[in-house]
Amino acid sequence: MKSIRKKAAIAGIGMSGFSRDSQRTELYLACQCIKAALDDAGLTPEDVDGLVKQTDDASDEHAVTSSMGMGNLTYFGECRWRAAPSAMVMRAAMAVAAGMANYIVVYRSVNGSSKRRMTPSMRTSGQMSTSDMLQWTFHAPFGHMSDVGRVAMIVRRYMHEFRVGADAFGWVPTVCREHGARNPNGMFYKKPITIKDYLKSAVVVEPLRRLDYYEEADAAAALVVTTAEKARDLRHRPAYVLGAAQNMLAETEELTPYYGSAMSGLPETAQVARTLFNMARVARKDIQCVQVDDSYGPLVPMQLEELGFCRRGEGVAFCEKGDRLRVGGQLPLNTSGGSLGEGHIHGMNHVVEAVRQIRGTSTAQVKDAELVLVASGAGGPASGLILGGV
Amino acid sequence: MSMVYDREHPVPMPPILWDNKGFWEGIGRHELVFQRCKQCGTWLHPPRPVCPRCRSIEKEWAPSKGKGTVYSWVIYRESPHPSFRAPYAVVLVEMNEGVRLVSNMVDVKPEEIYIGMPVEVVFDDVAEGLTLPKFRKVG
Repeated sequence: MKSIRKKAAIAGIGMSGFSRDSQRTELYLACQCIKAALDDAGLTPEDVDGLVKQTDDASDEHAVTSSMGMGNLTYFGECRWRAAPSAMVMRAAMAVAAGMANYIVVYRSVNGSSKRRMTPSMRTSGQMSTSDMLQWTFHAPFGHMSDVGRVAMIVRRYMHEFRVGADAFGWVPTVCREHGARNPNGMFYKKPITIKDYLKSAVVVEPLRRLDYYEEADAAAALVVTTAEKARDLRHRPAYVLGAAQNMLAETEELTPYYGSAMSGLPETAQVARTLFNMARVARKDIQCVQVDDSYGPLVPMQLEELGFCRRGEGVAFCEKGDRLRVGGQLPLNTSGGSLGEGHIHGMNHVVEAVRQIRGTSTAQVKDAELVLVASGAGGPASGLILGGV
Repeated sequence: MSMVYDREHPVPMPPILWDNKGFWEGIGRHELVFQRCKQCGTWLHPPRPVCPRCRSIEKEWAPSKGKGTVYSWVIYRESPHPSFRAPYAVVLVEMNEGVRLVSNMVDVKPEEIYIGMPVEVVFDDVAEGLTLPKFRKVG
């Protein structure tokens, strides 16, 4: 079967800090990270001939190219949803593997906390998509208006089907904050929490607590994707794309999979895992750490089940006490802290951290990490990557 | 518990489009209707242009018997919108016809709600031009 296995690699990474008010425009943050990612790879803006952005990102491609002085783009595209980070890398990897471009920058920049915008983009100016229509027509009139509420509905059903108690989800946020406390670039550096803090955290939408989901942040991240051959001539150890996948099913809805046959699982993530492991030709037990979408902590045990690291219904028990998830454990999770412990840049930091693990430069380094799995977009369109050092 | 509204802030009105118009017209006359495929009889909610089972575009608005059970539920302890006074419950009801519907409960304490609870539809005229289908416990 034709595959893009090991045809492309991530050769450069750039991240801003995380803050509650960047005092900068999103375009500024985007350019800052793109410059950092290119410097990291040993490239210049003139080398770049492709861009991949998140659809909702306010910084349009031509604003980036004109600001950065990128001359001649032969490939540009978009990915939407919270599944974008891994899917954007997939798209860039496909483009370089097909010879449509040589050096592609993938970026995401959002002032999620301060909402400081360069200009109101088309995406943020009130244009309604069909998903927005579903929310406004059939959920909002009943006060079902927040993402945490939408996820709480899924979690309640999961708790019912698998006999899980409401206070059982605290270990993922605890471990993410422990890892994040070691990361000087994150929002929660030196600010770990304990399971007691979690249990004292306010219930926002029952059964979810404040510490079950991310805090908004202003941040940006960029990656440089190129061919495997070209990556070997650049500055750092390449993080090869061994597997890349995205998935959507007939019943998929963004965070509201209420209308399908069952809503206690994440079937899109299960499909992503199938493709990833087939493409990468590695086994679950070979994966040395995972960077999993933890925008909503209770969806992490569900993802670990669907990714095949434990059986259905056993995710919460797998995460119990956190020992399997800590560095040194069976499956270290979100070693930079992820969305809960580093900061929320819509999952981009998970990809950056996977690259750091393969380079050996994480602040919570897994010894000799060669194979890292990234999962993006729990509870909606999903995507994922398996990155490898060899 | 029933939903308490802050009258100073209007409830968000559902945008009415071709695909969902029949549903809200039914609610307006205190009748719960769902889309049903004319070709294969599949009940559909939320409404959509095509039947995903048989791909027919021929549909009708068919009356529901109004009975179902709670499939999942949450309690908003903080309100995301000034029109709704927390705490309040949002339920996902599985109708006996098979479709599911997001809604609110009337006259029930949060601790009484459970998955599998039998419920039936009632109509709440919450504002000028807005009626919502809500549910009360049966028995």
